[in-house]
Amino acid sequence: MSDGVGTSMTSAEHATDHLDVALEHYSVADIEAVQPHAASARTAEWSRLVGPLVIFVLFVAAWHYMHTDGMRRFFDKPGFLLPAPETVLHDSFLKPLARASLLNGLKWTTLVALLGLAMTIVIGVSIAVTMSQAKWVERSTYPYLVALQAIPILSVVPIINSVFGGGINSRLFVCVVISIFPIVTNTLFGLTSADAGQHDLFTLRGASRWTRLVKLQLPSAMPAIFTGFRISAGLSVIGAVVGEQFFRKGSKPGIGIVMEQYRQKNLYAQTYGGLLLAALLGIVVFLVFGRVSKLVVGHWHESSRKPD
Amino acid sequence: MEPTTTTPTRNTRLIAMSDSVSAPALSFSGVSMVFPDGTHALSETSFDVRAGEFVTVVGPSGCGKSTLLRIASGLNKATTGTVSVDRSHLGYVFQDPTLLQWRNVQRNVELMAELEGVPKDERRVRATEAIELVGLKGFENKYPKQLSGGMRMRASLARSLVLDPKVFLFDEPFGAVDEITRERLNDEVISLFQRNGFAGLFITHSISEAVFLSTRIIVMSARPGRIVGDFTVPFSYPRSPDLRFDAAFAELSGEISHALRGAHS
Ligand SMILES: Nc1ncnc2c1ncn2[C@@H]1O[C@H](COP(=O)(O)OP(=O)(O)OP(=O)(O)O)[C@@H](O)[C@H]1O
Ligand SMILES: [Mg+2]
Repeated sequence: MSDGVGTSMTSAEHATDHLDVALEHYSVADIEAVQPHAASARTAEWSRLVGPLVIFVLFVAAWHYMHTDGMRRFFDKPGFLLPAPETVLHDSFLKPLARASLLNGLKWTTLVALLGLAMTIVIGVSIAVTMSQAKWVERSTYPYLVALQAIPILSVVPIINSVFGGGINSRLFVCVVISIFPIVTNTLFGLTSADAGQHDLFTLRGASRWTRLVKLQLPSAMPAIFTGFRISAGLSVIGAVVGEQFFRKGSKPGIGIVMEQYRQKNLYAQTYGGLLLAALLGIVVFLVFGRVSKLVVGHWHESSRKPD
Repeated sequence: MEPTTTTPTRNTRLIAMSDSVSAPALSFSGVSMVFPDGTHALSETSFDVRAGEFVTVVGPSGCGKSTLLRIASGLNKATTGTVSVDRSHLGYVFQDPTLLQWRNVQRNVELMAELEGVPKDERRVRATEAIELVGLKGFENKYPKQLSGGMRMRASLARSLVLDPKVFLFDEPFGAVDEITRERLNDEVISLFQRNGFAGLFITHSISEAVFLSTRIIVMSARPGRIVGDFTVPFSYPRSPDLRFDAAFAELSGEISHALRGAHS
């Protein structure tokens, strides 16, 4: 029996050998023809849409049910605390006043989230690059990074307030603190991902530390760095909303503040409308980074090849 | 710092016999290697490679062949003994292609020249030439993931070529490709050798590859590696593929195989 397995393995190996030889005679156009057909790509596109769509319908149905019956049945709370989806949409986005104030809130939150993310990226990548330069730097700074990650923001609000004031600067600070960890760890991991043979090439030609960083380590780290960006992007939206809970000075009410104001007036539909916008912001930022990542590393990175 | 020999002037044509009396391009004398963990990889190895010579080292796995090349290239430093070589025109083809995944073939081939500070225009010209030599024309814009194993190896070969190596090290470069591709790549190596007249140091596990390519074959013992056999290959270049079926070829292969079996025990 083991004989049979052995034989079939050999013939399989043979087959790939011949394929290999044959491939080298292929023209460029032939190689391109090996790429998946447009039809199967369309099927993949379709199946990528259907799954989330089904979940969406289920979600809206469940929401509706919670409004009409579920809140009372499960939590013994009145249904108006969770308005129906159509009420939320109508009251939040079809009434000009509510829409204007929600979108204004979204604007400030988006601003803080994006500015915060930009700062996080610059600071985070710089920290990671510095840490990667020597093992001892990494070892001595890493514990503090973990500690930073573990600090409950609430407990340092007074300190942040005294340093950065009660306005937008403090929100940015919170945003950076909350979202920086994944960028640093992913970049750090990425910078060590070039293999020893590739490093040898640079050693052979006596490449400087800088050349090695710019031409080898950073490019090979790009997929990991973009993973970090994507996680941090989501966190920076959370950071922006958390930050504005504590630092409300100035006439820049973010979506979190607007939501809070509606809740105090018992306008639940608009409160949930704000929540939808905040979630939407997170999704958009996530998707944008996914797309940018694909543009930057998709043409060479193995894992961005879609299995069928 | 290791002593450096002066390199002989470059010959673009077939190397004449007179070159073999010039100073060796690469010279090992009494090279031993003991790794920090105590592994004794090489012991008292001495031999020279001159321009126009193609020396192949065969020996049991783990006997220190790769270590020998790493020492020649300066990646590792010998524990005792000296290596003298001019590393400014050193070509080194690793066992793996080690291409940079984010660069296309053209830019991968340019890499070594780029690290050496060759101006953009010139390295582009040299890379184009090297790509053509290894038969990858038309694939300049492909990324490594779009190439077959044999094509990646060619790209790696081309990358070493742009520095116009005077000393060319090959560490089992074709171990991972199939027989037919390997033979084709061997032809390419020979024509490069004839064209550039470098000093070649090649490692392989294939005796027929060794005999086909080389002017001289060195057999090493099991670890710690030392030289236990030294053969001169009498065939002239260019070598036709049919040489592999020649009686003299088979006889020499037999002798080397015999020496290798002795090396294993
Ligand atoms: N960095 C290292 N540290 C410790 N031991 C090492 C190191 N590199 C190689 N060795 C050991 O040195 C010996 C020789 O290794 P080397 O890679 O030179 O063998 P080789 O002859 O090229 O073998 P193969 O034909 O399998 O490639 C091996 O026993 C290996 O385990
Ligand atoms: Mg080896």
